[in-house]
Amino acid sequence: MPSKHKLWMQLRMLFGRKRAGWQLNDELSFHLDRQIRENMASGMNRDEARKAAMRSFGHPSLVREQTRATWNWSSLEKLVRDLKYGVRTLLRSPGFAAVAILVMALGIGATTSLFTMVRAVLLRPLPFKDPSRLVMLYEHFREGSGGDGFNSVAPGDYSDWRRQTHGFQDMAAMRGYGGIFSGVHSELPEVVQSAGGSANFFPLLGVTPVYGRPFTEAEDQPKGDPVVLLTWSLFQRRFAGDPSIIGKQIHLDTSPATVIGVLPSWFTYPDARIQFWMPYAQTFTPEDYGIHDGHQSKVVARLKPDVSVEAATHEASALQYQIHLANASKPVAEDVWSRPMIDDVVKDVRTPLLVLLSAVGCMLLIACLNLSNLLFARAAARRKEVAIRGALGGSRLALIREQMTESLLICLAGGALGLLISLASTRWLATHWRNLPRADSVHVDGWVFAFALLLVVVAALLAGLIPAISSTGSASLAALQESSRSIGGSVSRARLRKGMLIAEIALTVTLLAAAGLLFHSFVRLRTADLGCRVDRVMTMKFGLPEIQYDTREKVLLFHQSLLERVRRLPGVRGAALVSTAPGTGPNGDRVFTILEKPAPSYSLQYDAMTLTADPQYFSVMQIPLLRGRVFTEHERLHNDRYIVVSKQFVDQFLSGDDPIGKHVRSGWDDQVENYEIIGEVGDTVYDVTKPVQATMYFPILSGIPNRTSEATIMVYSSVDPLSISTPVQQQISSLEPQLPVYNALTMDQILGKITASQGFAADLLLAFAGASLLLAGVGLYGVLSYLVTQRMPEMGIRIALGAQRSEVMRVVLVDGLKPVLIGAAAGLAGAAVAGSLIRSMLYGASPYDPLVIAAMIASLLATALAACVIPAWRASRVDPMQALRSE
Amino acid sequence: MGKPSDLVQGTLDLLILKTISLEPKHGWAIAKRIQQISNEVLQVQQGSLYPALHRLEHQGWITANWAESETGRQAKFYSLTGDGKQQLDKETAQWNRLSQAINIVVAGA
Repeated sequence: MPSKHKLWMQLRMLFGRKRAGWQLNDELSFHLDRQIRENMASGMNRDEARKAAMRSFGHPSLVREQTRATWNWSSLEKLVRDLKYGVRTLLRSPGFAAVAILVMALGIGATTSLFTMVRAVLLRPLPFKDPSRLVMLYEHFREGSGGDGFNSVAPGDYSDWRRQTHGFQDMAAMRGYGGIFSGVHSELPEVVQSAGGSANFFPLLGVTPVYGRPFTEAEDQPKGDPVVLLTWSLFQRRFAGDPSIIGKQIHLDTSPATVIGVLPSWFTYPDARIQFWMPYAQTFTPEDYGIHDGHQSKVVARLKPDVSVEAATHEASALQYQIHLANASKPVAEDVWSRPMIDDVVKDVRTPLLVLLSAVGCMLLIACLNLSNLLFARAAARRKEVAIRGALGGSRLALIREQMTESLLICLAGGALGLLISLASTRWLATHWRNLPRADSVHVDGWVFAFALLLVVVAALLAGLIPAISSTGSASLAALQESSRSIGGSVSRARLRKGMLIAEIALTVTLLAAAGLLFHSFVRLRTADLGCRVDRVMTMKFGLPEIQYDTREKVLLFHQSLLERVRRLPGVRGAALVSTAPGTGPNGDRVFTILEKPAPSYSLQYDAMTLTADPQYFSVMQIPLLRGRVFTEHERLHNDRYIVVSKQFVDQFLSGDDPIGKHVRSGWDDQVENYEIIGEVGDTVYDVTKPVQATMYFPILSGIPNRTSEATIMVYSSVDPLSISTPVQQQISSLEPQLPVYNALTMDQILGKITASQGFAADLLLAFAGASLLLAGVGLYGVLSYLVTQRMPEMGIRIALGAQRSEVMRVVLVDGLKPVLIGAAAGLAGAAVAGSLIRSMLYGASPYDPLVIAAMIASLLATALAACVIPAWRASRVDPMQALRSE
Repeated sequence: MGKPSDLVQGTLDLLILKTISLEPKHGWAIAKRIQQISNEVLQVQQGSLYPALHRLEHQGWITANWAESETGRQAKFYSLTGDGKQQLDKETAQWNRLSQAINIVVAGA
């Protein structure tokens, strides 16, 4: 414990520093005085005595400085002095200071924002009980086509895994679902997303309902009591947060269900759009609940504490192989794959986030290099001052510290401003990033502040250390020896600056290439060909409730009346029905065999997407008929054994042979039946980011209740398609007043929706790359104009000796463009690495697209040329007499 | 020129503490006293004396008072604090141990 004397001294030295300084002067002068007196006493005269005393005393100000250095807080004092000095130097050139601070603010702000998001989304543990033990289990088909190999799980497989494996504490299943939610008198119907979760799903995750209870095992049966758990948002929105709803009934798809609980507000897994949960088994019919060949569920499992994920997965995988063997004729996967739950949640955003984080990191690095370059120029202007101070005994450390203070000040101011920018931009990013998982957990906290501070320190060191060290080194004394006529005196320093410039250019090229590739891929997506008409088409989805519409005739009547009414609307040029509009995601698929061309091996399963369509669908949507014919009004009700197939279907399963008259055997309806192929049409795309899939069209006019009661009406209009939306909805509600419609979207909107999130990342990256390009241009200009100023006398001599002005210009241009070319070459290597990193984000675009990379390098060269031309022009305009005299 | 290294490292503190342990002294008197007592062997330079005094003061081992000196001018008089006395004992013991050890080595070799 420090003594009271020590504390007292510390306080006194903190607040009474000036007084202590005077006292020190008094003390030292008293000493001198006593010495003089003694010298005089020993017989010297006053003058001699004074000189002798001074001699023995030494340098008074040095003694004073050395004494002061022992005081408390002396490092603080030095810091304050350096800061004062730094602020004064910066204020002397406010333009430089403002630009430097702004550049650093952008760099630090953007990096902090991205870090905040990466931390919240990728690094923070999931909000569940002991989340590190949670894994997601998937099926894996050894001969899988496309995708990442992680396939949804069949309910039968899930229940077998749960019963027969030993590596997991427990295993729960869930699946996405939909439904029409309405009040108990069918009032206010709305189509919402929902999910089915097994009875143990919430306990497994450690989620307890705020009100009520989770599902019981008895409820988690296909024919269990219909119950629902509300999510917090539905509870607040629809029931105003009134807990008395527990135990009451609501209507799901027009049949009653009891509300048994409300989930906590933070529970938004797997998707914030999910409005309610129902027991997993109740989302299946009793027949479907045990099947192994219908894949739609996600399985989450909790590992036993002492079991490794590999061992547990291996056991499940072995079991799955047995299931596969036992169901050899069906599409049942051979293996089980697993991945940690956190990876599963963030799988789609991990790469974009990391790419953006690296991009802003590069941008910050470029900003640092730029600042470093600017500080170099300033240090060069003060070389003589620094050299003189060094020669007079100024310690090198003090000189370095002084120069570092300047970069630290810039970075601190930039960091403070950057933090403000990041506070604003983080929120904006999190809300505008479509489908960002865990977006609600993105917020700024102490860690983010600490990270920003760390960035400031690192940036200050990076930007300030190299110029400070190099300008105070032993070579700095040479500045004094340099005669004013010396030319190109600081070659080595120019080389260092050029080296930094090369690094800057290389980073810029890397960034530009990555941004260019992403943007290119995004443009391709925007202009992607869906394979059908896109202009002026309105789409609207509805699902007929199966309780009222329980026969083929009733469904057919509705469909036909709707089509007739819509086609009569003014402005409508065509209307058709299809189960799912192109570009709105995959529809279900079915396995089948072709009678005339059996599969080459017994175990190989043919599988194609199934759609239902009415006779006019193909003409309204301009899907070309390639062979045969499309449906007519005759393929209706029970006369439904006809299908139309897509070109991909013919290529894939019939090797391009004429499909007309061949027969497909499939269980599309309840029974496995033979369907005759009557036509072949062009391909449409269900998702522009995915490859085309083989498709079978079944007649929607068959009216089979659970196959055709969900449909999308496609309306082609001669006017703005959005204006047609309300009249069409009116026709639907005049036929069935309580039938809600959803996804009322134009085809243009559908295309935009798919590409929006890719576009967002591409736009951001392009903005970062553009900023970096600007920075690199500014840096190049700064370095080059500095070099030109240095070489002015040389240029003057050259011109005086008869060099052509164009020749002088060429010399400077070459000097400036050489580092650019070297940097661009190095950047190409960086671009190759970046390309392979973002490969998964590029749709249908090669990561080494030469055209894109060439375009990006051209834009860099153009910028570099613009930055070089002004100094070069200045050099060539130099007046030889002026240049020689100015020294 | 005498530099701090002319004295055995760290012994200046001991000398100062010892010198002012009897009565408060100002800087000049301390230097003079050390010089006298050591028969002019130990010359304390101002460049080391004042930094040392101020360091000891900031450590809380000595404390200073402004008072009238023998010449009538105000001077800064240093005196030991309680902590300073303990420090003096500690450093004296250390010095004794060190010098004995050096003696043994020098005599033995």
